[in-house]
Amino acid sequence: MDLAQGVQFVSFVILSVMMIGSALGVVLLNNIVYSAFLLGGVFISMAGFYLLLNADFVAAAQILVYVGAVNVLILFAIMLVNKREDFKPITNRWIRQGATALVCLGLFALLGTMVLVTPWSIYSGTAVLGEGSVVEIGKHFFSDFLLPFELASVLLLMAMVGAIILARRDFIPESLVPRDTSETEYSTLPERQRQLTSVGGESQKSTR
Amino acid sequence: MELQLQYFLLLAAALFCLGIYGLITSRNAVRVLMSIELLLNAVNLNLMGFSNFIDPIGIKGQVFTVFVITVAAAEAAVGLAIVLSIYRNRDTIDMEQFNLLKW
Repeated sequence: MDLAQGVQFVSFVILSVMMIGSALGVVLLNNIVYSAFLLGGVFISMAGFYLLLNADFVAAAQILVYVGAVNVLILFAIMLVNKREDFKPITNRWIRQGATALVCLGLFALLGTMVLVTPWSIYSGTAVLGEGSVVEIGKHFFSDFLLPFELASVLLLMAMVGAIILARRDFIPESLVPRDTSETEYSTLPERQRQLTSVGGESQKSTR
Repeated sequence: MELQLQYFLLLAAALFCLGIYGLITSRNAVRVLMSIELLLNAVNLNLMGFSNFIDPIGIKGQVFTVFVITVAAAEAAVGLAIVLSIYRNRDTIDMEQFNLLKW
């Protein structure tokens, strides 16, 4: 991008403050709906970083996929499992949280020293693709990354079918449920039994 | 003030640590999935930084980032479906109560 250095630096600082603040909100806030919207803020600021890093195509893909699909999916999931429940307090929970915070701070210190100590071999040429990054990514996709590209499409298909099958409610008609044979096998798993009775009963009531 | 590679790497490290903290301490199952998204975004930021500063000619980091975004979308869909079916069966989304596989 052809911005001046100062503009780049100022926007970097603004984006980083926005990203870290939103991420803190995602992790620490109690209301999960606020967390989901702040997660969208994290994704948008991440797209801003991609623009600063001369990657306009990936920034657009980030906005489309993360803000447009994943965040909306998370909001729908929050809506579907909308249950205000007060979690049972666990004794000595603050010990767990403190230990986790300590471990995370240690990890950050480790990564930070590694980043600052390592001599990175920065490319010193002046070749910046800029507008041509889409062309370059397309060449990569259809030459040397062709197999992972096709595998990614198959993975998306599998994930779609799997998500539908996992989230679908099984409406088993009364006549098809065997009364005597498999009932005992299912009864060893409490979930299956429960789903058969409650969900089937609800559907009967709601449809008639 | 020129942007350095180290700034982006430090920022990605901070985001990664925040994601790990949320992944371990949160009790809501949906929030755990959100923390996983934070982790994947931190990795993406690392890849993009390397792609811009070390390999700006054949931008392989951007290609890998696109793959990571794809896998993250698939993971979010399947994970939320699993959370939904667990919620239907157990009637809770508290991570402490998902103890079916505990002896």
